[in-house]
Amino acid sequence: MTDFIEKKNSGQADINSVPFTEVEQPGPATLAQQAKGFWVTFSTMFKKNQTVQYPDVKAPTAPRFHGRHQLNRHPDGLEKCIGCELCAWACPADAILVEGGNNTPGNQLSPGERHGAVYQINYLRCIFCGLCVEACPTRALTMTNEYELADDKREKLIFEKDDLLAPLRQGMLAPPHPMYPGMTDTNYYNGDVKEAHPSQGEK
Amino acid sequence: MTTAQLLGQDPGWLIAVKALMVFIICVLATLMAVWTERRVLAKMQLRTGPNRVGPAGLLQSLSDGVKLALKEDIIPAAADKVVFIIAPIIATSMCFMAFAVIPMTGVVNIFGRQTALQLTDLPVGVLYILAVTSIGVYGVVLAGWSSGSTYPLLGGLRSSAQVISYEVAMGLSLVAVFIYAGSMSTSDIVSSQHQHIWNAVVLFPSFVIYVISMVGETNRAPFDLAEAEGELVGGFHTEYSSLKFALFFLAEYVNIIAVSALATTLFLGGYHALPGLGFTEQWVGGWFTLVWFFAKVNIFFFIFMWLRGSLPRLRYDQFMKFGWKVLIPVSLIWILIVASLRVLQQEGAPRSAILAFAAGVVIIVMAMSSLVERNKEKVRSADLPEGEAPNFPVPSLPNVQSINVSGGK
Repeated sequence: MTDFIEKKNSGQADINSVPFTEVEQPGPATLAQQAKGFWVTFSTMFKKNQTVQYPDVKAPTAPRFHGRHQLNRHPDGLEKCIGCELCAWACPADAILVEGGNNTPGNQLSPGERHGAVYQINYLRCIFCGLCVEACPTRALTMTNEYELADDKREKLIFEKDDLLAPLRQGMLAPPHPMYPGMTDTNYYNGDVKEAHPSQGEK
Repeated sequence: MTTAQLLGQDPGWLIAVKALMVFIICVLATLMAVWTERRVLAKMQLRTGPNRVGPAGLLQSLSDGVKLALKEDIIPAAADKVVFIIAPIIATSMCFMAFAVIPMTGVVNIFGRQTALQLTDLPVGVLYILAVTSIGVYGVVLAGWSSGSTYPLLGGLRSSAQVISYEVAMGLSLVAVFIYAGSMSTSDIVSSQHQHIWNAVVLFPSFVIYVISMVGETNRAPFDLAEAEGELVGGFHTEYSSLKFALFFLAEYVNIIAVSALATTLFLGGYHALPGLGFTEQWVGGWFTLVWFFAKVNIFFFIFMWLRGSLPRLRYDQFMKFGWKVLIPVSLIWILIVASLRVLQQEGAPRSAILAFAAGVVIIVMAMSSLVERNKEKVRSADLPEGEAPNFPVPSLPNVQSINVSGGK
């Protein structure tokens, strides 16, 4: 994409050299034209109104509505987040705090070496732009359609990792547990793991 | 028996009862008016409006009132404390006082006594209303001044200038009614309309001028310059909170109802039924006239809401120009015509002479309006003086339609 803005010295900028187009000022409207406006408001009274009776009726959002975030899981239950902090770096509002941690044999939360130890999103700051989702290399962070995020305490609006993690679905095991036998983290990212292996649940 | 004689027989307790009734009617009407306005405006904007408190949201204004009363009452440090407190009281009480001379029903029975729902019947009733509503402006002006803040002061000044200007047009529009009815008493004007025809028909220009100036008088959209939210925060009541603000709120709506009630009384036949439905006036022992009265008041109230829903706020100079250069001269000419016709009638001039006079007036008015139009065209087409063409962009001037500025390349 080319840049269309020409470089100019500050001395060259001159208000008289800016081209203006002539704007036609319409004179006062006739009485009939003005009465039209009254007809608009009057006839609108008999149209169907657009109000959604919100707490009683919850209209579905647009499918890609930017709502509360969610930290996704691999099909065997391991977290997708690797604690890379790219979301925190991408965030223009500085709403995300991530601290990574090492995966140890006894505490394997995500495939590979690292996991997100601390994950906070401050919904008092978040502007729901979705740049964090674009930044995420493992598709761990996505956004849901949930928009009811009001609360009465500031503390309640800082969401911790537990609040953001996706629920465990069919075939998932709650981490920490070892990786699928014979699978590397690359296999995980390629989607080769379809469900939890029985051996993963053994203590 | 005239209404004045009928009311003269009221014992003290009945007057007290009626005063209470008038007060309750005003307050209830305000509660209903706020709800109606919000609902109707919402309808005009494809919304629903308040619908959660009580059936169909009817209790919304009541709960808002309770909420207001429970709020913290702040008196700013810079405020003149005494005046600050007195101002909303003046504004509100004067609005209620205007209702004293409005005849709301015909002859009815209250606790076994024949009377009418009208507190008193002054021979100068309409003048009394004008006087009382003018004092109400003091409430607004003093509120603006005593707040010790800039925006309220500007709002108060605007409001006083506005109300004074539009009161002239309003008073002049009423003169024609006085000439026609031969009385300033509200009940006499109502009965004269009952005998002849509604003043809104015979004195149509007066009616139009009154309706326009009553909107200016009550500081309502599109003439709500005194509390222009976009310019002056809240106008004169910016610094007011809690019950004192509620009083101003109440005053505004009672004022609207009062001017609407006056319009009903002076131009739409008061509490009397529509022509041809006179039998309904006897229903419920005469109390049904109250329904007619408020039906007519609601027509005006709907006009208020309709204007608010349709028109943007006027610029201050346009607003003043309209009041002084259009409404007042038109009123004066119209009074001249009405007075002349009235004198011709009373002096027993033949019908042909009256018709000839009316025709002459019509011809003169048409000639004048065409002259004005032509003059306007001239002004509009006038070019910029030679050598004064600006080489920088300027907004269009009143005498030029547009300016073409295209310098450089």
